[in-house]
Amino acid sequence: MRNFFIGAAVLLALAAGLPAFVKVEYYYVLGYTVLQLIILATAWNILGGFAGYVNFGSGAFFAVGAYTAVSLYKALSLPLGLQILAGAATAGLLGLGVGLLTLRLRGIFFSIATIAITIILETVVLNWAYVGGAKGLPILRPTEVPLFDNYTQWLFFVMVVIAVIAVATARYIQSSWIGRGLRAIRDNEGAAECSGVPTLKLKLFAATISGALMGAAGAPYAMLGSFIEPTSAFSLNHAVNALAMPIIGGTAHWVGPVIGAVLLGTVQQVVTVTISSEINVLVVGVLLVVFVVAAPEGILGLVKKFTGGKK
Amino acid sequence: MPYVAHPSFLVLGAYATYVVAGFGIDPLLAGLMLTPAFFVLGLGIYQFYYLTFERRGSDQGLRGIAFFFGIAFIVQVALILVFGVDQRLVEAAYIGTSFEFGDWLNNIRIPNRMLVAFGVALTLTVTLTLYLGRTFTGRAIKAVAQDEGALQLMGASPVRIKRWAFGIATATCALAGALLIIIGPVDPNLYQLYIGRTFCVVVLAGLGSMSGTIAAGLILGIAESIVLSTAGTAWAPAVAFGILLLVLGVRPAGLFGR
Repeated sequence: MRNFFIGAAVLLALAAGLPAFVKVEYYYVLGYTVLQLIILATAWNILGGFAGYVNFGSGAFFAVGAYTAVSLYKALSLPLGLQILAGAATAGLLGLGVGLLTLRLRGIFFSIATIAITIILETVVLNWAYVGGAKGLPILRPTEVPLFDNYTQWLFFVMVVIAVIAVATARYIQSSWIGRGLRAIRDNEGAAECSGVPTLKLKLFAATISGALMGAAGAPYAMLGSFIEPTSAFSLNHAVNALAMPIIGGTAHWVGPVIGAVLLGTVQQVVTVTISSEINVLVVGVLLVVFVVAAPEGILGLVKKFTGGKK
Repeated sequence: MPYVAHPSFLVLGAYATYVVAGFGIDPLLAGLMLTPAFFVLGLGIYQFYYLTFERRGSDQGLRGIAFFFGIAFIVQVALILVFGVDQRLVEAAYIGTSFEFGDWLNNIRIPNRMLVAFGVALTLTVTLTLYLGRTFTGRAIKAVAQDEGALQLMGASPVRIKRWAFGIATATCALAGALLIIIGPVDPNLYQLYIGRTFCVVVLAGLGSMSGTIAAGLILGIAESIVLSTAGTAWAPAVAFGILLLVLGVRPAGLFGR
């Protein structure tokens, strides 16, 4: 327990001190992308991996976070911190709504419903002129940056903070009674309910937390590129990434999504730069199918197998 | 079975028709020629799914869904890589011409491509309904959805029945894909739209109800047309998903389900 927090503190200190050594802006964009994947994957795993509800609407939560932040920034020029909190709150509310759907829907129908939510919200934003509709909206970043040389470095640091919070949350949930309850729901919801697990409360909690974290990941999105438009914000790629990375890393443990996101995120960046971005999307799809078929427990499962079940 | 990859095979069918029709073959005939290949493809996919998931007993929950989403995603991206994101269309004698009613119906014109697609789709649906309701295999397919164990006790193999059903479903995609490219241009991103339409019709009808399917298809089609002409094209994609979400939230059994 203590080691985890020492590690997190060291990581934050490193991230804060990094600009003293690394100046190239591109590396920060790269790091930002991988961090975004870590948060999305970790958040997805809270509902998908622990409780077994396959959310295919990660793009919706991400974009709701992003568009909440953008509209507040345009209307009130709120600072980034408040934008992220507002984005997380709105996406958390959406998560609560999705959690209520689990009352009636399980398995594939739950997944389809989350796709439906994504497309409906995308259509709404496409027709919402205030944030630019289908054309998108260019954004002027604030010129003054607290503590850092430029805005990209600041965004990178903010993402490190969100990622640490996300992973710490997932870790806490896993080791507490909440995680045990969620696992019971995944394995047999009826039996869990009968043994006194408050299934609805836990599902609502997991869906809300998961949604809020995805919203927080999306909130600074528009600031990175100084631009936002619906098609990329709501992209199915967010959903596929958020689902593929925990499954490839291993869904049973909080560290699985992190491993999956770091590995796959790095591979994706290399493929995007060296070959093309279409191939990179294909790589994720193929890896997802290969892992689901050949290594159902993900990389964590493989490691466990080769070390003889220790750990 | 979490078969979310179905609409992606519909789009694949449209593109396969496009390729075959490129040799100067009528698109309908091309679609018909493709059905055996798609049938075999369907058999293959189910066999793979059976060997890797069902036989291990890991088909429930997360992995089965992730598997089919992965397949759908791969098909979509592969189509983008091969054909690009541009729209594709085919040509035939009945595309671009229209049938005109006389004075007695206010000179209404209906494009011939729509009439052809309507006729073929209706024939296909009626044939499938008769097949599922009247033949032994068809009834077994309906039975396997209700109670696999009971079917096994009657001496039929659920695996063989499901494989057969998968083959038929995928073969239908070839012909349906041909109709899709006959009524309008296609692009790889249609998958997202059609996953909404497909599941909207199936859920609205109630799982396994064939007559309900026709009614649900009509309801969705009319609803989309009304939105298209009143609120504009930008809102149309939300219609199918909106109805779907409403039905899932309020009455998951559908209009005609038990």
